[in-house]
Amino acid sequence: MPKLDYFTFKIGGPAGFGIKSMGLNFAKVATRSGYHIYDYSEYPSLIRGGHNAMQVTVSEEPVYFTTQHTNFLVALNQETIDLHCDELVDGAIVLFDSDLKFKTDCIKAKVENCSLPLAKIVSEAGGIPIMRNTAALGAALAMLDGSMDHFNNLISAEFKNKKPEVTELNQKVAKAGYDYAKTNFKEKIKNILTKKDSVEEKIVINANEAAALGAISAGLGFAAIYPMTPTSNILHNLAPHQEEYGFVYKQPEDEIAALTMALGASNAGLRSMVATSGGGFALMSEGYGLAGLTETPVVIIEGMRGAPATGIPTWNEQGDLRFILHAHQGDFPRIVLAAGDAKEAFYLTQKAFDLADKYQTPVVLIVDKIICEDDQSYSPFKYDDYQIDRGKLVDQTQKDYKRYALSKDGISPRSPFGLGNHFLANADEHDEQGYSNEEIKNRNDQMHKRMQKLITCEKEDMQDPVLFGPGEADITLVSWGSNKGAIREAIKHFDNVNFLHITWMNPFPSQLVKDYLENAKYIINIEQNYSAQLRGLIMEKTGINIQDTMLRYDGRPIYSEQIIEKINQVLGDK
Amino acid sequence: MTTLQDLQTPCAPNFCPGCGDFSIWAAFKNAAVKEGWNNTNTVLTAGVGCHGHILNFVKINAFGSLHGRAVPVAEGARMANDSLNVFVFTGDGDSLAEGTNHYIHAARRNHDLTIILHDNAIYGLTTGQTSPRSPQGYKSKSTPLGNPDHPVNPLTLAIASGATFVSRVYASHIPQVTDMIIKANQHKGLAIVDILQPCITFNKEYDNNFYQDNTYYLGEDHDPKNKTQAFEKALEWGEKKIPLGIFYQEDSPSYESQIPQIRQTTQDAIKCEKRDITPLFEKFK
Repeated sequence: MPKLDYFTFKIGGPAGFGIKSMGLNFAKVATRSGYHIYDYSEYPSLIRGGHNAMQVTVSEEPVYFTTQHTNFLVALNQETIDLHCDELVDGAIVLFDSDLKFKTDCIKAKVENCSLPLAKIVSEAGGIPIMRNTAALGAALAMLDGSMDHFNNLISAEFKNKKPEVTELNQKVAKAGYDYAKTNFKEKIKNILTKKDSVEEKIVINANEAAALGAISAGLGFAAIYPMTPTSNILHNLAPHQEEYGFVYKQPEDEIAALTMALGASNAGLRSMVATSGGGFALMSEGYGLAGLTETPVVIIEGMRGAPATGIPTWNEQGDLRFILHAHQGDFPRIVLAAGDAKEAFYLTQKAFDLADKYQTPVVLIVDKIICEDDQSYSPFKYDDYQIDRGKLVDQTQKDYKRYALSKDGISPRSPFGLGNHFLANADEHDEQGYSNEEIKNRNDQMHKRMQKLITCEKEDMQDPVLFGPGEADITLVSWGSNKGAIREAIKHFDNVNFLHITWMNPFPSQLVKDYLENAKYIINIEQNYSAQLRGLIMEKTGINIQDTMLRYDGRPIYSEQIIEKINQVLGDK
Repeated sequence: MTTLQDLQTPCAPNFCPGCGDFSIWAAFKNAAVKEGWNNTNTVLTAGVGCHGHILNFVKINAFGSLHGRAVPVAEGARMANDSLNVFVFTGDGDSLAEGTNHYIHAARRNHDLTIILHDNAIYGLTTGQTSPRSPQGYKSKSTPLGNPDHPVNPLTLAIASGATFVSRVYASHIPQVTDMIIKANQHKGLAIVDILQPCITFNKEYDNNFYQDNTYYLGEDHDPKNKTQAFEKALEWGEKKIPLGIFYQEDSPSYESQIPQIRQTTQDAIKCEKRDITPLFEKFK
């Protein structure tokens, strides 16, 4: 297996041990010291117990995905060592509590086992047992020449709502761990987190958080979100800010209510959104078509996870593409986009609101567990050029107003409720005013009008897929969603491999994709589902049947190393 | 100002001649004229059933939703614009089968809107199946051997769920229906108006005679502030004991009164500006 040239720090233990927050603190010490990071976490669907692991890959340059190998493992329990021993590489460090007497014989690589008496370190500093992790992190930072100043600031931020003694005590414990390692593991210290002279301000953010911020920036008025892994954090990042920023977040009784509430709010004039996972979207499939027929703008963020049914809730999959493209009975304009990372999630959320308003139809933005929860470091997102576009929104009373007036581009003038413009947003097929109507000519006119929107969208708004890597290549990778990061890392190792990243799923950039793929020498389709759904979509839209696929549907990511291995195998066979 | 003329649409009503929906339609229009409900201040929603067609016959902004889903659409519209009078037209299949979850939660949240329940104890539009309001033993196309289920009671359900205005009327009493709809709208909170109506085509058991013979109005001795008494009255059903009137009324903060940032007017609701989220990035640095 190829080894990437990045340093990966990993921490593992049972749920409830603060592993995620430790990992995040580590990541922010790195970014505040001038580095780029990408973090990845794994956890079961539990609140306590089970096995949680979080890893942070650190780099001097932007890094788009984590590594399969681990250079520094903090093991809070035996299981962590047992589960991750094969990831450790020669020269790696394994840090653990000496009181717990872990067995390390499963580790094949030549590692340095560093154990420290965490209980003693903590109690001597005046702390309580739960602070063992803070001591462990302090020790880890010492061994990587990381900054205690940054760690202290992070501790203050973490406990800012508690009594100052809590912060002080945690900082004391952290320093105790730091000092212990600095003294006892002096020769093992590596300059991984050494503070850089010039540090650019960065944010450490995932797609859930980015989507929430994108929505607020884009003038969000109403959000109804029922919690569901992996998108619950979207609502966690909207609910606290609603009063200050002037939007309403409502927790609904179910996903059916979520989407139908959003349709009511949207018809009253507010930019409205919902967010869920595949199972919640299944319940929303009713409202999806209702939005389409009533021509109500709404943004739906669908965060995929292992399916079907409850599936593997805390693990990844990209199995909902076909479902989203076809959900609900009949034909109506479904605009479907897919984000490949947190940054895309931010900008595509803004775009989704504009598209929903302009085309007066539901817009689904697909994300997945990996990007929803993995953090990546970025410069704070800028959007000076962004302008709210509400399309043909009417803001006055009009004479003879017709909500569903036939029009060349398929888009009618849209009045909200309460302006004095009568209309009936009707789940029945309807005439231009909205009254129920079953006649042949009217039905055809309205169907054509609605479907014309997709043709207009393709002409006016659809964005091109991006080709990463050289224009000329021996191998072209095709993929979508969270594979973007791993693939971008993989192709860095080649000068004859490129990557076509698909973002627009409907309308679909058929001509461009066809051009790229017809000229490709060898194509590999990469995605995380059983039935190669993107491959099927490409076949349907372009006639090109990609022969070689790299599929994964066990909930784990497709790693860069695996992609590199696949590329090497193909190149070797040629 | 609203006139009957203002409320007229080009669509001829398609209810069966003699249907209680005609009375409900008349009563609602009377109320709209009296109160000045129109396209600047009112929104209607409906589900699917014979009741749903009413939206084609009243010229006020409306959203014709899916079966069972009229309530959440109404909630969304109400939370979006504090100046709107919001009415839900629904039926016993719509809100006591398909959409009961939404009925219960609307009640417990005390949204400031009015639910008008077209209660004919049958599924009319789909040609006569048993409804959650049908008595046990009822014979229909779907229960030809007799309904094994007991009926659900929309009033006890509403009271138990926390609705703050719970009432029942009989469709043919148009002035009383008008009055009740007005009172329900004036009430600041979740108001249920259960309108008993005959389905002259499919429900031969609960016909006009049945309602005329067996309903009576709650008198002065009924205290609508007494929840337990209201619940007991709501349990009554049968020969000469179907109460009409306001069963329960409570003054309690509406859901919307707890949203300080709620848009106060329609112009507020459509205002949508790009926001500066610089402070929100701080948490991620």
